Amino acid sequence: MPKQPLIAADARPWRDATAKPFVRINNVTKKFADVAAVSDVSLEIYQGELFCLLGGSGSGKSTLLRMLAGFETPTAGTIEIDGQDMTAVPPYSRPVNMMFQSYALFPHMNVEQNIAYGLKRENIAATEVGQRVNELLALVKLAEYGKRKPHQLSGGQRQRVALARALAKRPKLLLLDEPLGALDKKLREETQFELVKIQETLGVTFIVVTHDQEEAMSLATRIGVMNQGEIAQIGEPTDIYEFPNSRFVANFIGSANMFEGVVTEDESDHITISSAEAGCDIYVDHGVDCAPEQRLWWAIRPEKIVLSRQRPDGATNVTRGLVDDIGYLGDTSVYQIVLDSGKQVRVTKANTRRGDLDAIKWDERVYLSWAGNAGSVLTA
Amino acid sequence: MRKGWFLPTAAILGFTFLYAPIISLVVFSFNENRLVTVWSGFSLKWYGELFADPQILGAAGLSLQIAFASASIALVLGTLMAIALVRFRRFRGRTMLAGMISAPLVMPDVITGLSLLLLFVAMESLFGWPAGRGTMTIIIAHTTFCMAYVFVVVQSRLVDMDISLEEAAMDLGATPLRVFIDITLPIIAPALISGWLLGFTLSLDDLVISSFVSGPGSSTLPMVIFSKIKLGVSPDVNALATIIIGLVALGVGVATALQLRGQRKPYSRVGRAQK
Repeated sequence: MPKQPLIAADARPWRDATAKPFVRINNVTKKFADVAAVSDVSLEIYQGELFCLLGGSGSGKSTLLRMLAGFETPTAGTIEIDGQDMTAVPPYSRPVNMMFQSYALFPHMNVEQNIAYGLKRENIAATEVGQRVNELLALVKLAEYGKRKPHQLSGGQRQRVALARALAKRPKLLLLDEPLGALDKKLREETQFELVKIQETLGVTFIVVTHDQEEAMSLATRIGVMNQGEIAQIGEPTDIYEFPNSRFVANFIGSANMFEGVVTEDESDHITISSAEAGCDIYVDHGVDCAPEQRLWWAIRPEKIVLSRQRPDGATNVTRGLVDDIGYLGDTSVYQIVLDSGKQVRVTKANTRRGDLDAIKWDERVYLSWAGNAGSVLTA
Repeated sequence: MRKGWFLPTAAILGFTFLYAPIISLVVFSFNENRLVTVWSGFSLKWYGELFADPQILGAAGLSLQIAFASASIALVLGTLMAIALVRFRRFRGRTMLAGMISAPLVMPDVITGLSLLLLFVAMESLFGWPAGRGTMTIIIAHTTFCMAYVFVVVQSRLVDMDISLEEAAMDLGATPLRVFIDITLPIIAPALISGWLLGFTLSLDDLVISSFVSGPGSSTLPMVIFSKIKLGVSPDVNALATIIIGLVALGVGVATALQLRGQRKPYSRVGRAQK
């Protein structure tokens, strides 16, 4: 289920140059004893967004989140939330709440006390606290569990208590550190959509840290891909997947077949890349900011390549290879093809027919073809 | 493992070696005879005699006071040190400092006692405090080694505690002091209680260090027993020893139970392993 149809086109403030960002991270750097965990990151996040910071371990995504929460102070740069400079404000005075990866539920308090903890710090009347706690318990479907202690709950229930506790103070911004990381696959998929629903109902801005790209793709309005303390690319899930801006992003999100080549033809409406690895000239049907003779990379997603026994008519990009291995995944099959150049290529094919006897088998020689706009030209 | 006779026998021998003297002492404390080693019948008369002896009662009262005071002071100081060393950012020499705090655990009592005595004498001649040796100097001396025990117990509990619990409370609007009272204290409470009990028991037990730093009129219970033994073993000492064994066993038992309860509860580690 894509996230996209749920938001109208006009609800994408990042496409509107006049929109005012809600969170503004300006040139933030964080060093731990000379090692930069986050270096010179600038980021603008808008009201109501569900922004995912995606990266591997050590990419600096958690450090960035902890700086937003106030647990770490930036070495350089500023953080603004809702127009106010928060760089030096301690965590207990920020209009921000965080849901921890370990959930960090207080073990000596029951579910209700956990959820009420933040409200009690604000000197809210006891009756109102009770009412808000009940609302939150209903929101996360735990109305019966108020008196339980955290260790009497399952992993999924704990996760929901942690979410309710983080939402209790009605923060303008909620930070979630690997919110689904500790759940098993099935539960994760269910919870994912529940999380989006809650976010949309309450209209709170979410910033989610995750290393799971599927999670990021299905949750996020926009994704910021992080690599070695820097933002590699910011964009909507489709942008990140279909139009990666670098080899790192192309490889990190999904899988990509990467070909190295040299530009032989550079026109305003198309370019041609000569690639020994591909075994053919790659025709790209749009102009690219590059120079003739420039060495660059061309990446194509496995599902964008078509396999056939006969040479397809009229295809501009065709090369040949031998089926080396087939992985059957149920809904799709993954073909490992060895091109004549020796290059391994990964192709996925949807299994649209049941028990297809005519499917391409091991050790067959096949044609690989793709459309002129199927791949991405990468110069970095 | 294969069943056999060797390991059970070894265990039985070991336990006999450890506990036979204690059991014989307890049994003979109920002996009616004046001669300690000759059994002539069951009697509680030595217990009665014990509770009629003002010297022993006085010494017992003093020992309890000292144990209470030094365990309590050690609890505060040891806990503060544990928090300082565990929660402080990693710095050079942290491991060495932590080791130095627990050094008194392995230091021979004679050396600890002697060094404290020299310190008290030097302080008295420099500042005039503490004036002479007595209850105060014993409390200070006991606090030093009790603190080391409290530190070790509380430190291991703090290391075990998920730091994000404190961060979560802070995130929800609690100031650092509130976080300490609401979150840290309840979670380390079992360690605090067992640290205190351990300190209390050790202080009650101590003979060597007390002998160095005590003064006239401040003889603790172990010191009184020791001096009585020098005049020959009398059965009332057996009775007293039995009572002390009971108290110490109770203290150690409760401390260990609390310690185990703290460890068994899985919640301090919930979700930590999934990273």
